[in-house]
Amino acid sequence: MALIDLNRKEIHCKIVYYGPGRSGKTTNLFYIYNAVSEKYRGKLLTIETRGERTLFFDLLPINLGQIHGLNIRLQLYTVPGQSHYRATRKLVLKGVDGIVFVADSLRKRREKNIESLLDLKNNLRDYGLDLAQIPLVFQYNKRDLVTANVPLLTIEELQEDLNKELQVPYFEAAAAKGIGVFETLKEISKRTVKFVARKYVFSSEKVRAQGGVI
Amino acid sequence: MGTMIVTDEKARQLKEVLDRQLLAIGVSLAILIDEAGNVIVSAGNVNGVDTTSLAALAAANFGATAQIAKLLGEEDFSILYHKGKKDNIHFSKIGMDFILVTVFTDDIPLGLVRLRVSQVAQELLDLLAEN
Ligand SMILES: Nc1nc2c(ncn2[C@@H]2O[C@H](COP(=O)(O)OP(=O)(O)O)[C@@H](O)[C@H]2O)c(=O)[nH]1
Ligand SMILES: [Mg+2]
Repeated sequence: MALIDLNRKEIHCKIVYYGPGRSGKTTNLFYIYNAVSEKYRGKLLTIETRGERTLFFDLLPINLGQIHGLNIRLQLYTVPGQSHYRATRKLVLKGVDGIVFVADSLRKRREKNIESLLDLKNNLRDYGLDLAQIPLVFQYNKRDLVTANVPLLTIEELQEDLNKELQVPYFEAAAAKGIGVFETLKEISKRTVKFVARKYVFSSEKVRAQGGVI
Repeated sequence: MGTMIVTDEKARQLKEVLDRQLLAIGVSLAILIDEAGNVIVSAGNVNGVDTTSLAALAAANFGATAQIAKLLGEEDFSILYHKGKKDNIHFSKIGMDFILVTVFTDDIPLGLVRLRVSQVAQELLDLLAEN
């Protein structure tokens, strides 16, 4: 649930990095954290188990500039990808405003990507949300492995598996090297803020009628 | 779900309730958060407290506890309480979508905090529902 706080002049959006375990979600957040100056980011909060697997979520708050005189504050979350953490993933999705689906380009992870997208769809449906309606982008990660000697899915295959019907933007990335990380973030931010702000402009009629400040 | 808009007036009213009912009895910090883990309004001494992380963890904590309740066949645990050496923290569900977090020292009786929190719940809910 986005929050528009006219008192503090802020708009808060929740963006969740979803995807199978080990696809690179936490790596995205770490890269953003390290690349953004302290002035524009909050504390990075991670809850992990032994062996660097995400147990609950990671959270990185960042400031993104302004829209309609409101400061944009994004809360970037990741979910634990392992299939048995379904309940946890669903909790993290509560109140989500935008989603980055981080898919693993490793060929052996093909089924896991598909499974995870289906899991996302089901979890959203339980909250009355439709994957086709919510702001969404794909990130096809680990493209750097093209030069290594491991079987990778082609972009066409990833598109066919995941994005055939949704037809949303996708980004090729090597998150560990920072490639594609900000492109992905920029696009999902733009989509999410636009989506939330549209509702804001719409509902501002009502606020005005009640004697609000806008 | 959707977007919640907090106007200046609304923020003032919510804060007034927290001040009058909770800070007045000596609670050091009261934070109202939504289901997504956003801070809607806070009252009291937030210096040195990372309210963003606190709100995210409180929301997650509640979600996890609701799951535990389900596993045990409980309806829900609508109150969580943690006792520390210096500070105590109390979490209470406000309606379906909001959580009130209060932080207080041992000088304030838990029973009094509980009483006040349950009294403000409806008041806050009425204000939030007007949106
Ligand atoms: N080769 C390569 N490895 C990556 C890339 N991104 C992440 N990894 C590695 O994949 C593993 C899992 O990453 P992590 O971010 O923890 O995955 P998560 O489970 O989705 O949070 C780690 O060992 C990362 O170093 C990438 O772009 N290329
Ligand atoms: Mg992770």
